[in-house]
Amino acid sequence: MSEAMQSVKFKIYRFNPEVDAKPYMQEYELNIPANQDMMLLEAILRIKAMDDSLAFRRSCREGVCGSDGMNINGRNGLACVTLLSSLKQPIELRPLPGLPVIRDLIVDMTAFFKQYEKIKPYLINNEPLPTKERLQSPAERKKLDGLYECILCACCSTSCPSFWWNPDKFVGPAGLLQAYRFIADSRDTATAERLEALTDPFSVFRCRGVMNCVEVCPKGLNPTRAIGHIRSELLAEGN
Amino acid sequence: MTLATYTFDAIIIGAGGAGMRAALALAESGSQVALVSKVFPTRSHTVSAQGGITCALGNVHPDDWRWHMYDTVKGSDYIGDQDCIEYMCEVGPQVVYELEHMGLPFSRLDNGRIYQRPFGGQSKDFGGEQAARTCAAADRTGHALLHTLYQRNIAEKTNVFSEWYALDLVKATDGQGFAGILAIHIETGETVLMRARAIIFATGGAGRIYQSTTNALINTGDGIGMAIRAGLPIQDIEMWQFHPTGIAGAGVLVTEGCRGEGGYLINKDGERFMERYAPHAKDLASRDVVARAMSLELRAGNGYDINGVKCVKLKLDHLGADLINSRLPGIRELSITFAGVDPIREPIPVVPTCHYMMGGIPTNRLGQVVTVDYKGNDQVLEGLYAVGECACVSVHGANRLGGNSLLDLVVFGRAAGLDVKEKLHELPLKDVGDAEIEAALSRLNRWDNAREGESVSQIRFEMQKTMQEDFGVFRTGEHMQEGLDKLLQLQQRLHHAAFQDHSRVFNTSRIEALELDNLMATALATAHAAIYRTESRGAHSREDFPKRDDANWLTHTVYHGESHRMSKRAVNMKPLHMKPFEPKERVY
Amino acid sequence: MVRSATSLTGNGVRDWLWQRVSAVILALYTVFILGFIWSTPQLDYVVWFQFFHHIGVKLFSILAAFSLLVHAWVGMWTILTDYVKPACVRLTLEMLVMIALFVYFVAAIVIVWSV
Repeated sequence: MSEAMQSVKFKIYRFNPEVDAKPYMQEYELNIPANQDMMLLEAILRIKAMDDSLAFRRSCREGVCGSDGMNINGRNGLACVTLLSSLKQPIELRPLPGLPVIRDLIVDMTAFFKQYEKIKPYLINNEPLPTKERLQSPAERKKLDGLYECILCACCSTSCPSFWWNPDKFVGPAGLLQAYRFIADSRDTATAERLEALTDPFSVFRCRGVMNCVEVCPKGLNPTRAIGHIRSELLAEGN
Repeated sequence: MTLATYTFDAIIIGAGGAGMRAALALAESGSQVALVSKVFPTRSHTVSAQGGITCALGNVHPDDWRWHMYDTVKGSDYIGDQDCIEYMCEVGPQVVYELEHMGLPFSRLDNGRIYQRPFGGQSKDFGGEQAARTCAAADRTGHALLHTLYQRNIAEKTNVFSEWYALDLVKATDGQGFAGILAIHIETGETVLMRARAIIFATGGAGRIYQSTTNALINTGDGIGMAIRAGLPIQDIEMWQFHPTGIAGAGVLVTEGCRGEGGYLINKDGERFMERYAPHAKDLASRDVVARAMSLELRAGNGYDINGVKCVKLKLDHLGADLINSRLPGIRELSITFAGVDPIREPIPVVPTCHYMMGGIPTNRLGQVVTVDYKGNDQVLEGLYAVGECACVSVHGANRLGGNSLLDLVVFGRAAGLDVKEKLHELPLKDVGDAEIEAALSRLNRWDNAREGESVSQIRFEMQKTMQEDFGVFRTGEHMQEGLDKLLQLQQRLHHAAFQDHSRVFNTSRIEALELDNLMATALATAHAAIYRTESRGAHSREDFPKRDDANWLTHTVYHGESHRMSKRAVNMKPLHMKPFEPKERVY
Repeated sequence: MVRSATSLTGNGVRDWLWQRVSAVILALYTVFILGFIWSTPQLDYVVWFQFFHHIGVKLFSILAAFSLLVHAWVGMWTILTDYVKPACVRLTLEMLVMIALFVYFVAAIVIVWSV
């Protein structure tokens, strides 16, 4: 009956502001069947069943809602689409870097969402509405691929040194990807005003092309390329 | 007991597709609206919807909303309310155009119009050829829709209470309806009273009552639990849709759009078995039909065995890399991640997986909650609304058609928002007293004061296992009774359960405990209703009553939580603009 | 839009352009000087003096010094705004950098023009 088991070792960042003066790393060991692999999120859920004080966000568990972004062995990613077997032990889990920690693996994402809201992430078109849909050719629509799929997990922006140093001024890769999503949309008529709003020395130009964002994006998107497009359009507009 | 009190014109609980559409409808009214969500809005489960949103735009072929209505009535196995289905199908195109105008990045046809793909149960001309009616943004329509709605809400400066958990309704002092809700600010653990003239439930589904589900971990039936505790009825809750294609083992959804694009299911002999079960529609038969066929194949030993999981496979490789990469890129990603299979080369292992709750809080066409007495008499509750998956309008009846859930969200989210906007000045702000607040707080106090007891995760696990084993695709009275007995025991144990962490800041264990109350309430309602309905209809398939029984059961079932009693409520067979569709034998 | 009074032009695009244009000038100047050194078999004071006596060389040198001023200012300003968060400390450092760069530039003009 005894199934061969393996033990998986974890070191998880813990901080509860009500109890802890400062953060610490807690070690956990999880026993799972030897031949079984699982997603990291499943493992953390099992750890939580043993220690219900461990706090983290989670929702869809399939990589589309963006809840469980965390720093996994030094690299930002989503726990729900990271296989345990792909990780070196002990698996070190920390909150996303660069944002204030609320508790354990939960960060305060206010600064991140503020930057997202700043780029006016909605279609602007003041022309009279057609009775049916606005037309858009497949080629025009294709320009939105690689942009609209962002899940706002913040893995990119919180891996970006420029965002660490200026979270209040640099829009960051996630926000800029969405800025370009609307600049690139043939139905949006506010391109000039969107570009104008990005001309200052911080919003776009703090991007140093480090490309950590591209490296960590769990959806395989490329914010650096989008930022390059924005920069080219800014230059072309002669702002 | 003094709680911080906030007062609004309207409160919307839940920021998925339905809640956010309702918020938008209200936004222009200049009224004070609180959009309360236990997760940041774009983490809501609408984000996982893939295939699309169905409505008769006629972009691919001439189409008519009446054909869509016919399909939906037939799909519902004739217990969908025809006035509501008529409304949804008729207003559908307008609502989808609105989404496009908001910026939803729909895929496009060569002529620049919205792309539409075939989905299960769709026909032209009242049961004729296969139709292509589902509007899609690749296979990420839910994501595109949810983000678009959130973006519009940013533009309209909607007041979002992100990561606030709605605890319960608070009754009005005069006993007439509800004065507001109690909500917990998850970040601080603080409980507040929110008062409003109107309350809209948009709390989504409860798929987490099952062990294997396509649903997000947050789908815990919070609205159902709250409604039951508030003494409201729950309708058709025995109707749970099992989606034919959940990835075996992982439960992750693979859209019906795969079959719409030309994919099909095979058994271990490589046979396209749906040809035997639904000679006409084949793999695009209704979901209940396909899920049953798959279960029968597995039972007959015709399935694959992958690490002990019995499954069939969804074949897509004949569609070619280009089509898969352009129309089904998300499916490819999920399949590689969760099944280790690239669908361009190999078929995906799939099993029927709990997916959608057709039942819920009964409402009328405007989204207003309807109370039903034991004799089946309706009474509209002014100021209380339910929209989306937590509601039972009912447009899905005994089986929802693919692509109709996103449509349901936006059509009825919008309808409820508009209705609140119109009636806001007539709706009173009701008084609330300490006794009502104490009553609503008692459950939280019980949990907060419980130091020793069984763990939440253990009871949740056993509940999910019971539901999976005894209330699955095929059901029998005997097994369901056993299941109900187990659930009742579990409910007793739940009264003595406890969590260990009693800190206040972002205490997710506390929230999970409160969620389990709602899951348990939903599971019990399901069990009672499923035992009550002694026939097979739509998703409710009983081996001891294998036939549909229109003489006795062409009706809604209503669960009354306070007594666990069941009653019936008439199905609306009176569309406003056309002759009703009479029940016929349902073949695909 | 983020306001920034102390950046070179107050505009990211122009700062960015200035920094790149100045870099190109500096690169050309480096190639020019290295080319002169390489192509000159015997480099003594007289040759060096005559070389810098040429008005074109003088102007190019001053342009290069100006480019260095611009380039260094954009770079130093960026680094200071990245890493020095207290405004008074940063403004003091910015002032010191500005003064230093300006002194270097004036010194460069004085030296080159005096040849």
